[in-house]
Formats: sequence, C-alpha cells, structure tokens
Amino acid sequence: MSIEADLRLSFPEPGGGRLDFHFNLALPGRGITAVTGPSGAGKTTFLRCLAGLERPRGRLTVNGRPWQDGKFFLPTHKRPLAYVFQEASLFPHLTVRRNLDYGARRRCRRGGQSQLDLDRFIAILGIGHLMDRKPETLSGGERQRTALARALAAGPEVLLLDEPLAALDRDRKEEIMPYLESLRELTLPIVYVSHAQDEIERLADTLMRLTRPGLPAVVEAGRQRFSK
Amino acid sequence: MLLTPEDWSAIRLSLKLASVTTVLTLAVGAPLAWWLSRGEGWWRRFCGAVVTMPLVLPPTVLGFYLLVFLGPFGPVGRLFGQLGFRLLPFTFSGLVTASVIFSLPFVVQPLQNAFEALGERPLEAAATLGAGPLDAFLTVIVPQTRPAFLTAAVMGFAHTIGEFGVVLMIGGNIPNVTRVLSMQIYVYVETIEYARAHVLAGGMVFFSVAAMLVLQILKPRREKFAQGRI
Repeated sequence: MSIEADLRLSFPEPGGGRLDFHFNLALPGRGITAVTGPSGAGKTTFLRCLAGLERPRGRLTVNGRPWQDGKFFLPTHKRPLAYVFQEASLFPHLTVRRNLDYGARRRCRRGGQSQLDLDRFIAILGIGHLMDRKPETLSGGERQRTALARALAAGPEVLLLDEPLAALDRDRKEEIMPYLESLRELTLPIVYVSHAQDEIERLADTLMRLTRPGLPAVVEAGRQRFSK
Repeated sequence: MLLTPEDWSAIRLSLKLASVTTVLTLAVGAPLAWWLSRGEGWWRRFCGAVVTMPLVLPPTVLGFYLLVFLGPFGPVGRLFGQLGFRLLPFTFSGLVTASVIFSLPFVVQPLQNAFEALGERPLEAAATLGAGPLDAFLTVIVPQTRPAFLTAAVMGFAHTIGEFGVVLMIGGNIPNVTRVLSMQIYVYVETIEYARAHVLAGGMVFFSVAAMLVLQILKPRREKFAQGRI
C-alpha cells in the first residue's frame, strides 16, 4: 500500500521559458506525509497532480491501483480521494450538513464506504451544532473544520491537505491542530502540504522535501512513529 | 374596448414567442456560455464573437440572411424540403429560430460572466468529492449562479418581446401567425390609428420598465453571491 509517482508537468512561465516539474518518488500507504519546500518548489502542484486536477505525463499508482499510466488517466471525480484546499471552498448554497453529504452520497453510490465513524469525527471536530448553518455564517476556523469533515465524510482512500491552516490565525490553528493529529489513527495515506515548521514537527510521519522545480524530491522517514 | 381581438392575438403570440424563445435560448445558451468560459483558444474566441454578433448587427441583416438560408433555395431550406419538413420562413417555428439566434448574446453574456467570476475552485472541490462534470454543473454551478440565470431569462424574454426587424424579415406580418406585438403597433401607425398604437406602445414601455426593475432588484443578491468565496 503506497503512492508511487513518476510524473512530469511543464508550465509556461510568465516571463517566457518553461517551468518543468518532475515528481519521481514513492510515499508510504499510511500516516501523514508532510510536503515541504520553498514557495514555487511545486508543493501544491504535486498535490494537484495526485488529485488529477493537473494533467501531468507519466505514471501514478495508488494502493496498487493505476490512477494514471500512459494514455490512461483516471479523472478526479473517479479517484477515491479527498482534498482540503487552502480556503475551505465550501459550497455557499448548501448548509454544513449538506456540504458533508455532498461527497458522502456520491462516493457511496460508487460502492465506496467510509472507514471511519463520521459522527465521531463531527463530534471531535466540534461542528455538530453548526449542521444547519450556511457557510457564510461560520468563522474561518469553523469553515476549515467543516471542510476537513466534508473530506473525511467522502470516505477517501487518500487524503490530500493543501496548507489547511495557512488562512487561519494562531488561535484557530491551535484549535484545529489536535484534530489533524487525530487523523493519524486512520489507515490511509495523508499528504499534507505545509511550510510551517511547527505543523510539520507535530504531524509528519514522513517528510517529502521539494527544493526547486526539476530537482528530485527527497523523501525521508519522520520520527518513525509507526515503530512505537 | 381598450384592446381589439387582433391586439389580444398579437399579445398572446408575443408572449408565446418570448416564452418558447427564452426556454430554448437558455437550453442552448447555458452550455455555450459554459464552454466559452472554460478557455481562451482562438476557436473559442471566434465562436464568442459570432454568438455576440447580433448585438451590433442590424436585425434586418440577420433576418435577411436567415430568410436566405432557411428559404426554399437556401442550404437549410433545401435540406428541410428533402426531408419533407415545412419551410421555416413565415411560420411560428421560423420566428422562434430567428429569435433564439438573435437573443443568444443577451443570455450568454450574463451567464458567461457569472461562470468566469465563479472560477475553477467550486468545480475542483466538487470533482474531489466525486461529482462528474455534469453533476457538478447542475448541483454546484447552477445553484451558485442562479441570479445570472434569472438575469439571462429576463433579458432574453424582454428582448424577444421587443423584437421587430428580424420578425419582419423572417416572419412577415401574418395575422395570428407571425404578427407579434411590435408588428401590430407598426400596422396601427401605418394606418394612422395612433390611439390604438398608444395603448400597445404604452404597455410595452410599462413592461420594459418592469423587466429592468426586476434586474435591479436581483442585483444586490448577485453581488452577495459574487463575494461568496467561502
């Protein structure tokens, strides 16, 4: 069980020339992998490639299943993943409850099922009392917690988090951090983009370091939490 | 009697034409606006220009070419003839066809603007939650751009009610078949029945103001939605 990627993507640069990304690496099939590196190194781009939101060339295998290989490209909505963006990106026309249902209903129809007890996570995330509210009435922290719950409700086999705390102030960060730590008990790979050192130290089981587009990523074990 | 039976017939015909046109224009315009908002290739720009063209083209020019194309010697007309269909010019279906083309920019523009303002993110969020493109369009994009759909519908409807040049070219002026409201007013003015013309023309002014008022009322909601980057 792992994520094996050999993906190449090329963007035109604003000032002419091209930006070439090459992600050739394997990530473990469980625990939190923190993706770090300076701005522009391709952290978000890597996550978007995994999600199929970009169309790189190459090969991607997740938990033994090909998501991309040569001409074959599994579209995003058919990949059993969930993605939390930097901004919560909730659907403003739906209540919190229906936001959570959105992914859950669609994945179940495809025969997938959530491995986790959603009610428990709603309780842990502390959004039970918000279920009938619209996103516009929520605070930033509440929105991000809802986004996290919506991602988990979809019962993903891979969870992709793109700096889910970046848009929040310190207090809100502290508010969500414990929930993220509790994700580690799930038996699914979590890829977590961040450049905040404190987040990485608290969360990462595996570290994936990007330095510059084109240079290979360095993947190293974090603090070997599995062995404990 | 304020309105004659002919007046009523013209009003009914105009309302019917505008309703059918609005529904069809939305059905054609929504996917078109969606496609136009999804990229910037030259082919897309060209199609965007063609769709918007009726805004600046004299209606008589559009009506004339439609008459030529749909008429018995035009390519579409010949095809219709061979297939055993009735020719479109001087029929209600012909009016609808012309009106859809002529109203298309009024429907496509507000929708395209709304789709572009929404950006990629709602679609991406929906896709990562397992929604395919059509599913995401219907359950995420349409509800979030509902004010734009209302604007498009009002614009398409009002514009079709007010249409004259295209109708004259492609529909002629046949009572009960193609003599719409604007045509009826024209007939009254031609025959110097100004009193009757006043009744219908005044009604049109009232209707137009009401339609624009609806758009004004919709506006604050549209802004609220535009901010809704939640």
